Amino acid sequence: MREIGSKASIMTGNEAVAEGVRLARVGFISAYPITPQTTIVEKLAEMVANREISARYVEVESEHSAMAAVFASEIAGVRSYTATSSQGLLYMHEMLHWVAGQRLPVVMSVVNRAIGPPWNIWSDQSDSMNQKDTGWIQVYSESNQEAMDTLIMGYRIAEDSGVMLPFMSMEDAFILSHTSEQVLIPDQDLVDEFLPELHLDFRVDSDHPMGYGSYSTPDGPFMELKKDMMDSMWKSADTIRKVTQEFSEIFGRDYGGLIEEYMTEGAEYILVASGTVASTAKYVAGKMRENGMKVGIVRIRYFRPFPAEDIVRAVKGASHVGVIDRSVSFGSGGAMFNEVRAALYGRSDVPVTGFIAGIGGRDVREEDIEGMVNMMAAGKEGNVFINVRGGK
Amino acid sequence: MMPTSIPQQELMEPGHTACQGCGATLAMRYALKALGKKTVVSVPASCWAVIPGAMPNRTLDIPMVYTPFAATGASISGLREALDIRGDSDYNVVGFAGDGGTADIGLQSLSGAMERGHNVFYIMYDNEGYMNTGVQRSGSTPYGAETTTTPVGLERNFKKQQKKIVADIMMAQGVPYVATATIAYPEDLIRKVQNARKITGPKFIQILAPCPTGWYYPPEKTIEVSRMAVQSRMFLLYEYSEGKFRLTKPSRPVTVKEYVQSQKRFSHMDENEIRILQEEVDRRWGELLEKESH
Repeated sequence: MREIGSKASIMTGNEAVAEGVRLARVGFISAYPITPQTTIVEKLAEMVANREISARYVEVESEHSAMAAVFASEIAGVRSYTATSSQGLLYMHEMLHWVAGQRLPVVMSVVNRAIGPPWNIWSDQSDSMNQKDTGWIQVYSESNQEAMDTLIMGYRIAEDSGVMLPFMSMEDAFILSHTSEQVLIPDQDLVDEFLPELHLDFRVDSDHPMGYGSYSTPDGPFMELKKDMMDSMWKSADTIRKVTQEFSEIFGRDYGGLIEEYMTEGAEYILVASGTVASTAKYVAGKMRENGMKVGIVRIRYFRPFPAEDIVRAVKGASHVGVIDRSVSFGSGGAMFNEVRAALYGRSDVPVTGFIAGIGGRDVREEDIEGMVNMMAAGKEGNVFINVRGGK
Repeated sequence: MMPTSIPQQELMEPGHTACQGCGATLAMRYALKALGKKTVVSVPASCWAVIPGAMPNRTLDIPMVYTPFAATGASISGLREALDIRGDSDYNVVGFAGDGGTADIGLQSLSGAMERGHNVFYIMYDNEGYMNTGVQRSGSTPYGAETTTTPVGLERNFKKQQKKIVADIMMAQGVPYVATATIAYPEDLIRKVQNARKITGPKFIQILAPCPTGWYYPPEKTIEVSRMAVQSRMFLLYEYSEGKFRLTKPSRPVTVKEYVQSQKRFSHMDENEIRILQEEVDRRWGELLEKESH
């Protein structure tokens, strides 16, 4: 791996994300404190206080207001950032639609945390999965380095004139957010070269007064605007690939694209996973390969736009596919499972099993993943709860 | 005849879609005369989200940002900071919200913005109910009023609670400039917005904007009703600027009874109910007189 123009540092996921915000030269930050996101904005507040970043930092009185404040600052043409978790993300929900509908390239970090009750601050993906239909690009990272790099790439992708959609970057609570790893911090010069200043064509300007978000009747452009969001979301997949490639050329770290394939070549059993669970799955796949089980892993990085084509291509040739979800849609199943199965419909007869694991921070252990592969080998289908007491 | 002090500049174009006799349109028009062209207005769900017309129509010659209901206070916070970052500190940043969007769903966002001290204006146009949505009760609806959610049928379910007065809350919170105004007195309204402009920091102005559609009076009576609200002391005009409180004493007082008789929304009220309202009006008048004397 090339390590051009960077310095190595040991830092938590949240510190790495804050570094990414600094490197992206964000101008306005607004947030509300919520565990386990808090240390991101604490770090940013500290950077502002120490003049390490020339941003304004405003702590607001709620997450709804945090998203409303960055909505407004972005519409005035200033690169903006916020971060949240869990209940806070749910509280923002209305504003998420508003930011996406107004086509504002806001970038937000979400430290994935369970939704109560009962209260639970540990990791699962229920919070961000509940936002999958808001028009935000959604990406899951598996390391602190990836969380930082994704944030920098996020502004490039979101601000691309063919995309203009907000960008939600996830990291697992505590497993990444509060765990230290080595992170390479790129030089500011290289980041500046990669990420130019934001120039919004339609920013608030009294010399060119506009109405931002006035109403539209059924015969007005409302439906066309929504279709355009869909078109831009699909087109963003190519932008994501292009930007990821360019990033790897400049910084020497290649994340592939919308998905990462690991040992899928000739794999009989393929597990689809995301976040840090995918890291454990990759480790288990390596071990099981040594014992003659042909296991491969597809790591979903981008869940929006959904990488249907990439997944269909990656699992081609597998005899069984399993999908690990860290959230559940009650009365249906895991969201990733449902979407993977829908992507395969009509294009493959491969059986698909849904594994619901790691809810509310429950550990997803090596033996749990081995168990999933064994269930796939035994032909088990449907939705299965993993490592849960009181039966399956 | 005395020459008028009202600025000639018009930032509101003809062709809006408001009801005949709408008080809220005059409130915006007068406020903008005092604010000038270098102004951006944030408007939540409200009559004013509809008055400019469907996209791409506009009726104001300034940028207008539309936001969800609870977002006014936070959106003006973000606009202010971003414009300052851009070096555009000479813009006036104005939240212009109805009473439902202010007294009820937007109160937290408003209070947060005022507490943080952003250099913004928050103008609440008070038509005493959710008029755009079809005349429902809000926290700012006065005692006695019939609305579509406080209907008078076999049960006399008119609004039983007194009006929540947001300007008083803002004074209690320590907002540096707080004023009330109404459209029957445009010179007073415009002067208050001009006075607010002299202050760097949060400014809150509550403008009573009578609504013929929701208060059930003939549209040509809007100015008269606005004036009677002040004369009856149902709506008190005051200015609170950096700790100094000044109360306007109406020159030709009318009774609460005369005021409620001007609008059908109060037509069901009996003598006892009118007395309850009069007593509250008198109590508050005494309270504010005392506040002024301190």
